[in-house]
Amino acid sequence: MTEFRSPDQELQGFRVRVVVSLLFILACFAVLAGRFYHLQVVRHEYFHTRAEDNRIALLPVVPNRGTIADRNGAVLARNYAAYTLEINPSQVRRLDETIDALAEIIDILPRDRARFRKILEESRNFESVPIRTRLTDEEVARFVAQRYRFPGVEVQARLFRDYPLGPVASHLIGYIGRMNERDQQRVEERGEAANYRGTDHIGKAGLELSYEADLHGTTGFEQVEVNAGGRAVRLLASQTALPGNDLELTLDVELQQVAEHAFGNRRGALVAIDPATGGVLALVSMPTFDPNLFVDGISTKDWQALNESEDLPLLNRAIYSAYPPGSTFKPFMALAGLTTGKRTLEQRVPDPGYFIYGGHRFMDHKARGSVNLHESIVVSSNTYYYSLANDLGIDNIAGFMSQFGFGARTGIDVPGEAEGVLPSPEWKRNRFRKPEQQRWYGGETISVGIGQGYNAYTPLQLANAVATMVNGGRLFRPHLVSHVVYAGSGVRRAVEPRPVRQIELDPRHVEAVRRAMVEVNKTGTGARAFAGAPYAAGGKTGTAQVYSLRGQRYEEGKVAERLRDHSLFIAFAPAEAPTIALAVLVENGGFGSQSAAPIARQVIDYHLLGRKPEQPASEDAEGADVQ
Amino acid sequence: MTDNRFHPFNLIRGLVRPIDPVLLGILAVLLGASFLLMLSASPERQQAQLVNTGVALGAMWVAARLSPQRLMNLAVPLYALGVILLFAVAAFGETSKGAQRWLHIGVTRIQPSELMKIAVPLMLAWYFQQREGVANLQTFVVAGVLLAVPVGLIVQQPDLGTSLLVAAAGIYVIYYAGLSWKLIVPMLLLGLLGLGAIVLFGDQLCQPGVDWHGLREYQKQRVCTLLDPTRDPLGKGFHIIQSTIAIGSGGLFGKGWMDGTQTHLAFIPERHTDFIFSVLAEEFGLVGALALLGVYILLLVRGYQIAMRAPSVASRLLAGAITTIFFTYAFVNMGMVSGILPVVGVPLPFISYGGTALVTLCLGVGILMSIHRHRVSTPD
Repeated sequence: MTEFRSPDQELQGFRVRVVVSLLFILACFAVLAGRFYHLQVVRHEYFHTRAEDNRIALLPVVPNRGTIADRNGAVLARNYAAYTLEINPSQVRRLDETIDALAEIIDILPRDRARFRKILEESRNFESVPIRTRLTDEEVARFVAQRYRFPGVEVQARLFRDYPLGPVASHLIGYIGRMNERDQQRVEERGEAANYRGTDHIGKAGLELSYEADLHGTTGFEQVEVNAGGRAVRLLASQTALPGNDLELTLDVELQQVAEHAFGNRRGALVAIDPATGGVLALVSMPTFDPNLFVDGISTKDWQALNESEDLPLLNRAIYSAYPPGSTFKPFMALAGLTTGKRTLEQRVPDPGYFIYGGHRFMDHKARGSVNLHESIVVSSNTYYYSLANDLGIDNIAGFMSQFGFGARTGIDVPGEAEGVLPSPEWKRNRFRKPEQQRWYGGETISVGIGQGYNAYTPLQLANAVATMVNGGRLFRPHLVSHVVYAGSGVRRAVEPRPVRQIELDPRHVEAVRRAMVEVNKTGTGARAFAGAPYAAGGKTGTAQVYSLRGQRYEEGKVAERLRDHSLFIAFAPAEAPTIALAVLVENGGFGSQSAAPIARQVIDYHLLGRKPEQPASEDAEGADVQ
Repeated sequence: MTDNRFHPFNLIRGLVRPIDPVLLGILAVLLGASFLLMLSASPERQQAQLVNTGVALGAMWVAARLSPQRLMNLAVPLYALGVILLFAVAAFGETSKGAQRWLHIGVTRIQPSELMKIAVPLMLAWYFQQREGVANLQTFVVAGVLLAVPVGLIVQQPDLGTSLLVAAAGIYVIYYAGLSWKLIVPMLLLGLLGLGAIVLFGDQLCQPGVDWHGLREYQKQRVCTLLDPTRDPLGKGFHIIQSTIAIGSGGLFGKGWMDGTQTHLAFIPERHTDFIFSVLAEEFGLVGALALLGVYILLLVRGYQIAMRAPSVASRLLAGAITTIFFTYAFVNMGMVSGILPVVGVPLPFISYGGTALVTLCLGVGILMSIHRHRVSTPD
């Protein structure tokens, strides 16, 4: 099918084909032009936004956390700057190999790796995770020299939380720790997600938790232009961060240290309150722990040691553990008897050494013939209070005691407070399931009268009740923070003493009970502990039963240490115008006069005289024969 | 008769005579645009690109001085050399970035496939000249074989961009030589159908494990990424996403020269080479992009004008093919940068950075100038 054509025909054919090409080309270019129009005019807004998003990054500037200081300015929590080595997991492909290579130039211990793994699991996406904290200057220099080998690894200057006094007052100061998913959720629920951008630590316990909103501060922002590598090339706008507010406490950390020291290696709690304001002077729970362990993420080993210790160092006994008040309940019972008119000051009650109710004989340790109210407190008579409880009835007792805050959260500004138990028929109905358990028995009222039975109060409740009684019946919400100091302005906002209620009491009744309590420390059960004190202090011993006596005499030595009774002591001083009211509890400390009273003596000595004891308060073995 | 060749006036006339001022003017506009864009996209390469431009203009001048007949005499040796070198690459070539394209010769290394962009259309034009007036099937079958051998060698290197351009150059010669419409139209339709199928069934075809016979995995990825850039926004899709953002954010009038944020903050990859068009579109907007299309149309019109007045069948075919190749470069490049064609390594003609491509393109312009100088005077 060979085709012969003349050159002219061929040229003509060629020209047709050129025209066809040109038309095709114009069509193609029209498609391109249409595409450009689509991108540059129709969708310009969208792409403009995309380009700006590419270009502009909003970087958070994390505020400095507020500091915490005691009433005299002693620093309890502060910040310091240190270098950390951080890995951004989204930019590092082989984590293990990178860490191995890093370990060749910088010390990386197995615990650092373990912590890195743990944080990595808990961390939010795209955030860098520290592999080493607190680098030395030399280590920083070594890393910087080889930085090119480690894309996605950076040295960052970060602020660290430091608790300079270590384990002192750790239960109330609390600690901060790395934010986990739950913290993140809580922050989002509070609508604070933006303010926590860039923040990786948050208050976990104590004041660090309850005053998180004050301490954290306001996050600032830097609007920067970034290049494709994510590096900031130009600062466009910025808003500085507003540091967190500082806290000034009512706490006297020296007093706190004296109190902690006085416990020695015994377990227990002490709460000291200024009766005039409700300000907490000392809040001790022994043993303590070092909150610095938590700041970088606690190691599994340290955590196990703390969490599995039989002494429960993480437990804040002062506000969370509730104990029967024992005989420290008697002054309040006496006040109830006077206020309700069931007893008069002079009235003598027969004391055969026991009290019979419903065919059951409630024992006392001594038969005294008869006792009046003053003597009943000084010698700690049981019989007097058995009969008083019987005369008052449980509803009157519960009604009177609840005014002092027994069995209710005080509202102190540290989290984790327990309610305790103020027993009443109503409480029993709610507490138990079976009908026979729900019934209130008259005999139970008798036990409640001497602070045993279902009674259970936190040391904080006990101390606050003492403070309320000695200030004439004004119940405060106890608080640890006296002032919040605003970082920007320096303005100090007082956390006002907040009286919850004024209890209707006859001042003569209060005075009578106070006088009896002062006598306790002169000639009664507190006399040995307060021998030679150059001031007058009121007190009352107590013993909380761990082991049920069931009417038998109880020989302490035969009971294993953990089953020994808890030793209690409440006190106030100076007697005429108290500036301190306190409650001491020593777990398994035996009688109140034996371990708790000597601790109270040391604390009051320091508070009034500035005297620091050299030895922890000694256990008074001789004190065992008085209750 | 005295020898006047070294008289200063004649020297200049001799230098200038081969040059077509219209083509040179268009070229000057394009090279000027390249200069401006390079300052913005990659100022450190400015120096090197000036040297490249000098070399390319020299090559253009040499080609322009050669007569079309002399060019045709080079067709067979150039083609033969090219095919031999391509076989050598396949046998001893150097592998770089997963493809075997380079051949070491003593001190330097060369990419023989680049030579074929000129040698293949030259060879085919020469061949059709030999078969002038005999437009039979056998002629086209032989032409097809002459084209298939080098294209096949380049495809298996693999170098999709270059093989596409070489194949296109050859196909254009065959088209202008008069391949029957009865064959062209069904082939075009088949091609369109294939494209449509890929677009429609892209999702299934792009599943991992689906083997595209004849194409390498990375070539499959390029097509798939074009169909849906978001499937790999940080990897292969990043190029297309960022360049369309650059183009779109340029708007009607652009962000201004040196003020393109996508360009200057390095979001556009390969912004001095294949993706330089997005720099233009970002900084000069739709106005700049359309202006460039306009300049290219001027170049193509001038090229076709020259082709239609060409002195011989061979030069006519060659001029037509070269002009259409210029279009192909421009269209494929702008199409891929704006996201309507897959990313194949084709530079924006006369503007992208890179010496080899610029020399090849300017050789083409020189050939056009040579054909123009030996044009047949218009009858009218």
